[in-house]
Amino acid sequence: MSRDELDHRVTNNTMLTCKQASQLISQSLDHPLSLSNRIQLRFHLFICDACSRFRKQLKQIGIALQRMRQLTENDDSITLPTKIKVRIIDWVASKHL
Amino acid sequence: MQNLNDWLNAHGDYLYRFALARLRDPHHAEDAVQETMLAAIKSDNFDGDSSARTWLTGILKHKIIDIQRKRLREQAVSDLVDLDASDTSMDDFFDKSGHWLEKPQILEMPDNALEQKQFLGVLGKCLDKLPAKLSALFLMRDVQEIDNENICKELNITPTNAWVMLYRARMGLRKCLEMNWITG
Repeated sequence: MSRDELDHRVTNNTMLTCKQASQLISQSLDHPLSLSNRIQLRFHLFICDACSRFRKQLKQIGIALQRMRQLTENDDSITLPTKIKVRIIDWVASKHL
Repeated sequence: MQNLNDWLNAHGDYLYRFALARLRDPHHAEDAVQETMLAAIKSDNFDGDSSARTWLTGILKHKIIDIQRKRLREQAVSDLVDLDASDTSMDDFFDKSGHWLEKPQILEMPDNALEQKQFLGVLGKCLDKLPAKLSALFLMRDVQEIDNENICKELNITPTNAWVMLYRARMGLRKCLEMNWITG
């Protein structure tokens, strides 16, 4: 089922099921939804606590993943071990010379 | 080869952390740095205008994607095929009429440094539990923030495959967090 097909199928039903709503919530993180899907989703979220929680979870996970990436990038205690540096130099020399 | 020594000493740790933050696997991160060094030595298009670190990081970004692509290709074709049967795989989460079987829980967010560290530890474990192909795609999208169009191009998958896989990854991750973290 392609995204267009999903859009179509969803558009043909006025009310979203939670399963459809959760799919749209996930997709909305990756690209803008069509206007009709956006309206349907907003309405669904207005009346559905479970899907609102789901959306919040995904937001929390997104923020935490960024935080995790930054912590690793800035963690001075993580270093490339000397023996790996030596291995890299040997390997590159063997490929390049 | 003097350059190589200098680069590794001045930027090796930085490049390694950059790769590790995106690939999560130390061996893959080492490989990414290694491939970057070979590409840097072979090319002589370092213009001196940008810093060496910026230039090397640009190369590294491509090497990271190469490694992720390889990770996805290593998956059996049959694993990828079943992704098209997108409607049967979510039976764990929804009943036949599309209602949640279990209402999503409220995740208590950490409010101090120690809890933060614990939370990220749990999140990391949950990430590592995802099937390799899902986590590779998920890291590209949600950690590296590469847009979907480029992911599909890089990995040679369809937009449908991409959204189904991302949806599954996010579903699995939130469920894993619910089971392993404090919920309200």
